[in-house]
Amino acid sequence: MESEWNFDQYIYMVINEDLMLPSREPVMLLDPDGRPTVDDTAALPAADDLLRGLAGMVTARRFNEQASVLVRQGRLAVYPSSYGQEACQVAAAQVLDDEDWLFPTYRDTAAAVTRGVDPVEVLGLLKGDWHSGYDPYERRVAPLATPLATQLPHAVGVAHAARLRGESTVVLAMCGDGATSEGDFHEALNFAAVFRVPVVFFVQNNQYAISVPLSRQTVAPSLAHKGVGYGVPGEQVDGNDLAALLHVLSAAVGRARAGEGPQLVEGRTYRMQAHTNADDATRYRGDDEVAAWAAKDPLLRLDAYLRGAGLLDDARAAAHADAAERLARHTRDGIAVDVVPDPEDLFRFVYSTPTPQLVEQLALVRDELSRDEPSREETPR
Amino acid sequence: MTTTSPAVERETLSTAQAINRALRDALAEDPTVLVLGEDVGPLGGVFRVTDGLTAEFGEDRCFDTPLAEAGIAGFAVGLAMNGMRPVIEMQFDAFAYPAFEQVVSHIAKMRNRTRGRVELPLVIRVPYAGGVGGVEHHSDSSEAYYAHTPGLHVVAPSNPSDAYWLLREAIASPDPVVFLEPKKLYWAKGEVALADGGGPGIGTAVVRRPGTDATLIAYGPSVPVALEAAEAAARDGRSLQVVDLRSIVPFDDAGVCAAVESTGRAVVIAEAAGFASVASEIAARVGERCFHSLAAPVRRVTGFDIPYPPPKLEHLQLPSVDRILDAVDDLQWEDA
Repeated sequence: MESEWNFDQYIYMVINEDLMLPSREPVMLLDPDGRPTVDDTAALPAADDLLRGLAGMVTARRFNEQASVLVRQGRLAVYPSSYGQEACQVAAAQVLDDEDWLFPTYRDTAAAVTRGVDPVEVLGLLKGDWHSGYDPYERRVAPLATPLATQLPHAVGVAHAARLRGESTVVLAMCGDGATSEGDFHEALNFAAVFRVPVVFFVQNNQYAISVPLSRQTVAPSLAHKGVGYGVPGEQVDGNDLAALLHVLSAAVGRARAGEGPQLVEGRTYRMQAHTNADDATRYRGDDEVAAWAAKDPLLRLDAYLRGAGLLDDARAAAHADAAERLARHTRDGIAVDVVPDPEDLFRFVYSTPTPQLVEQLALVRDELSRDEPSREETPR
Repeated sequence: MTTTSPAVERETLSTAQAINRALRDALAEDPTVLVLGEDVGPLGGVFRVTDGLTAEFGEDRCFDTPLAEAGIAGFAVGLAMNGMRPVIEMQFDAFAYPAFEQVVSHIAKMRNRTRGRVELPLVIRVPYAGGVGGVEHHSDSSEAYYAHTPGLHVVAPSNPSDAYWLLREAIASPDPVVFLEPKKLYWAKGEVALADGGGPGIGTAVVRRPGTDATLIAYGPSVPVALEAAEAAARDGRSLQVVDLRSIVPFDDAGVCAAVESTGRAVVIAEAAGFASVASEIAARVGERCFHSLAAPVRRVTGFDIPYPPPKLEHLQLPSVDRILDAVDDLQWEDA
């Protein structure tokens, strides 16, 4: 049984070694002006999928804008925006089924929202009420990962557990270009390949890890090339082309579901804004570079194609904008609700049963709080 | 060797065999239990602790992984998130350090981060501590790193019966447990009652030897040394009580205090370097809680604050009977 499996894997590797390498240029189906790069538009994803994707991107961008405003209003501590990366965000969620899992990073809030997690709960981490605001099992979205690449081996474990039970779950695990330098990225790809689990590793190469450019992370021909070293097929795709992303990611998810093992996809995109509101991007990159990427905007590109193909009119576009506005309002209203965190929660979730030490410490805090309330008022100012 | 009593079946097992038996029984009883790590498959582990498990339960249940400790720990997080109860082996104490971020930032915090929604029922087995002539990086007492991390249980058995029962409880626990296996005791034999539930659970210290003059507090590999010291002291007419912690987290404040209050004197014994150690924490807790019962300051007998020595010098690092008795002699005896 075991030798047979290894033989299959060996044959697979030998036959497919060249196929594991990504295409020489990122896959692009719509150019920055929205013109198909293929003669036969039947090669594009179905019109319904593209329209759904555009609606998702309009909402994702509105969500990014709303969250940034909430930071300026002091409602959120910080917001790492995916502005400009909406195609990657939406495609990552759109290619998955309900039974699948999504593993997002801190910058992938829009992907979590696209998958249906309540945006108010998604922003819980950044609002500061608790470390993670939503139930990961409800929509099968893992907690937003703040350390880099540490969520990737988790994704492999989730996929392996599903495979052991004979489920057809696929896990899509997101990370950025900087995270590919972390050991956990390598260990996760290697584990996934060795155990041949259904994980799609989706790297959003947005060119910067805070201030450090891609050239300081790697000199590999592309991040997608890293796959072949593990026996994982890699592909690179224009990360601002939703049509290409849906095409490439759907194919990767399909292969993973069919038992062909893990897949690596690199989306070439750009972080249009600073790392967070606390960062100053002008210290490490020029306006020209940003302007060049602005011309490749994923929303404008798909909008232009769909209008040109007669698939989108003003009424439909207005409906997209309305839906985005409703989500923004829901987000705004939800974040405006001041939740007073319960101090007892600090001790409640550390263990399934609090240790005697935590019980004592909780009593101490209770006692402090019971004495604090009146004494604050009594203190002369 | 099996002896049958009317009530329970008892077997004489080494600690390694007892752990093997616990893994085997857990694998047999619960299909979600998985055993994984480096060399735990066909080889049966470098200490043979997982001997025969792959043959009996198959490659899906007990299997080798790539040689990457962070990967093993992170992979186990995902398995546990998705309905499994992984038992992972870190081959040696000091080889577990690459997994440290996964242990501290994810395994320990997942439950709290998600407000109890994501539990991680996983066990990290760590062959640990010295006394076996191991070369560099094979003899660390790393318990303080784990004990300092909220969200982990930290357990250290001192005998085959506890090894079996505490591991069964650790595997059944909804929370992550770091299970420290004293390498020195792998071959030590003892009786294990396989059907009686194993007595007190994780979080409860037990008195291994009654005594009235002073209390020796130890865990894991230091318990047999403490018992030996108590035996030697008895020959000199001094009655030493020996408390075996069994679990470092949760720590049994009540049990330890009751024991110390019954004698009025205490010595804490542990192999790890003493500075900022579990032994220091115990001494501080006993000092804070039992001050009025104490006739002398709490003494610690620990390893020195040096990297673990090479095999030919390790005897100087390990708490010895003589060092324990010297510490006992320092406990301000009225007849001294």
